[in-house]
Amino acid sequence: MTATTLFEKIWQAHEVVAETADTPAIMYIDLHLTHEVTSPQAYTVLRQRGLKVRRTDRTLATLDRSTPTDADQLFGKVPIRIESAANQIRELEKNCAEFGVELLGIHDPNRGIVHIIGPELGATQPGQTIVCGDSHTSTHGAFGALAFGIGTTEVGHVLATQCLLQRKAKTLAVNVEGTLPRGVTAKDLVLAIIRRLGVSGGTGSVIEYRGSTIRALSMEERMTVCNMSIEAGARAGLIAPDQTTFDYLKGRARAPTGAAWDGAVARWRTLVTDPGAHFDAEISIDAGTLAPMITYGTNPGMSVALGEAIPAAGDAVYAKALAYMGLTAGQQMLGQKINEVFLGSCTNGRLSDLEQAAAMLRGRKVAPGVRFLVVPGSHQIKLAAEAAGLDRVFKDAGAEWREAGCSMCLGMNGDLVAKGAYCVSTSNRNFEGRQGIGARTLLASPIMAVAAAITGAVADPRALLA
Amino acid sequence: MEPIRTIRSRTVVLSSTNIDTDQIMPARFLTTTTREGLGKHLFADWRYDAAGQPIAEFVLNKPEAAGCQILVAGRNIGCGSSREHAPWGLYDYGFRAVISSEIADIFRNNSLKNGLLPIEVDAETHAWLLANPGVELSVDLQTRTVTLPTGKSVSFAVEAFARYCLLNGVDETGYLLSQEAAIRAYETRHEA
Repeated sequence: MTATTLFEKIWQAHEVVAETADTPAIMYIDLHLTHEVTSPQAYTVLRQRGLKVRRTDRTLATLDRSTPTDADQLFGKVPIRIESAANQIRELEKNCAEFGVELLGIHDPNRGIVHIIGPELGATQPGQTIVCGDSHTSTHGAFGALAFGIGTTEVGHVLATQCLLQRKAKTLAVNVEGTLPRGVTAKDLVLAIIRRLGVSGGTGSVIEYRGSTIRALSMEERMTVCNMSIEAGARAGLIAPDQTTFDYLKGRARAPTGAAWDGAVARWRTLVTDPGAHFDAEISIDAGTLAPMITYGTNPGMSVALGEAIPAAGDAVYAKALAYMGLTAGQQMLGQKINEVFLGSCTNGRLSDLEQAAAMLRGRKVAPGVRFLVVPGSHQIKLAAEAAGLDRVFKDAGAEWREAGCSMCLGMNGDLVAKGAYCVSTSNRNFEGRQGIGARTLLASPIMAVAAAITGAVADPRALLA
Repeated sequence: MEPIRTIRSRTVVLSSTNIDTDQIMPARFLTTTTREGLGKHLFADWRYDAAGQPIAEFVLNKPEAAGCQILVAGRNIGCGSSREHAPWGLYDYGFRAVISSEIADIFRNNSLKNGLLPIEVDAETHAWLLANPGVELSVDLQTRTVTLPTGKSVSFAVEAFARYCLLNGVDETGYLLSQEAAIRAYETRHEA
């Protein structure tokens, strides 16, 4: 038998109809995650054509991005300030009721960012195909699932048929070997990978992250890495499942139990790239050489390791990006004054992110004049953090502790960075205006975010580690 | 969906590289529940000032942009968010084709499903198009060629089935629905 990649194995197992020169493959989708923003127009099409949701048991909806993180608005004590957002929330509630789709809605204890609750519930499992109308669906690849973002027309395809038309992607191996130095996190690793590949280096490809560094990462760290695959242009990111994966999933609400669990694990163990399998492209990264990373520009590939200067100017587009950011070539990011800090998102809004941040913040204060917003990725994470007293650490230091959601990552719900303000953000995109009109986003790890919050400037988190 | 065969139009050029879908359609316009009417928000943060007035220097606000159906963009247009609101906005504004040397995957896919033709051309042609804004191009989807005013014709690739759907005004939902027997057989095999 030919040696095949993990991607190839999942692909083959989901071909309803194989691709030909004239027609793409028809791929079966195991899990369809949906939310309020990219589904309304798909339900409209279903209604117009008299179609049903084919597999409600494989479809899960939640509210995360238009949804307020302010408790009073979220729980109806005061009206939701953005009328169109409120309308979108009601629309999803109505659509889910009409079509029989399970909604983890406002009052559901399992509500949260769609890419956080899938794994948390154990709905995300190795070997699955998972889609969602959101590009960060690549997050679920951390479990060895082929997971990718789709548009709303395709959301309609999956709702109606549980299938998608797909051409097979190329494969790209990202081999990471060695030990991450102290204070260098999964976020720094993925920012370094994106810098290396460039923001379109992964276009047309599914990345498989491999090597000893990846094997040593926790599931939450693996999710951070896979989450940002799309920022290198890749269709998806994958990590082969292993004991770390199985230990994470065991006992979760929607994971198999009993004999079914044993059968599943036996099957999941086969989900590895065979020795000698061919990748269309490969790169290698030495983890031991990495340092904390921060972005300085207007795409996630524009980053420096702390201590490096912002690269010398290139073309007009580069100059425009630096002008937007109010930064200059040759400048160090260390010491750059900041105004706001955002800790959260599907990239870094999980419990371990909050734990690391709180450990650094404990006994310290947010610098005067700095706004620090902490938004747990799910309601379950919020409850767990509160049970551990992390909310007190954040609040005592002067941070705002919010309800779960996407919040300031994309600013759809009114959680916005002020015009011209610098925000150290643990999210995934530093595009112009992403966090608010004129907002200047500096992407970094949770501990770098805390170091900035404490000092009011970009600072080296390694100096503040206990 | 309207079939597309040929597009004949002058070009509008946005030479920035890596134009992400947040620029094409900022997130605050994503709270809509319909796909219509997004053209007025297209490139909103580049197109309008803080008071909502058009910024005269921005290319879409110039008189010569009126009626143009072809957008020529810098390398890697459409990166970032999967929001289909980006191609919806481009189409609603009046664009029928986007030309670049590199087009991001999800945006390309979404465009093809909405009558907006994503066209990747070689670096040399791309550079020429960027340097010569406003030229009249002729795009033929049947022959997969773009003809320049110089008479030069360049071919482009487009996924075969998407091309068939665009040429015939057919949408893919119907095709997928017609595969019901195969889908059911797959489910029977895998869920036994």
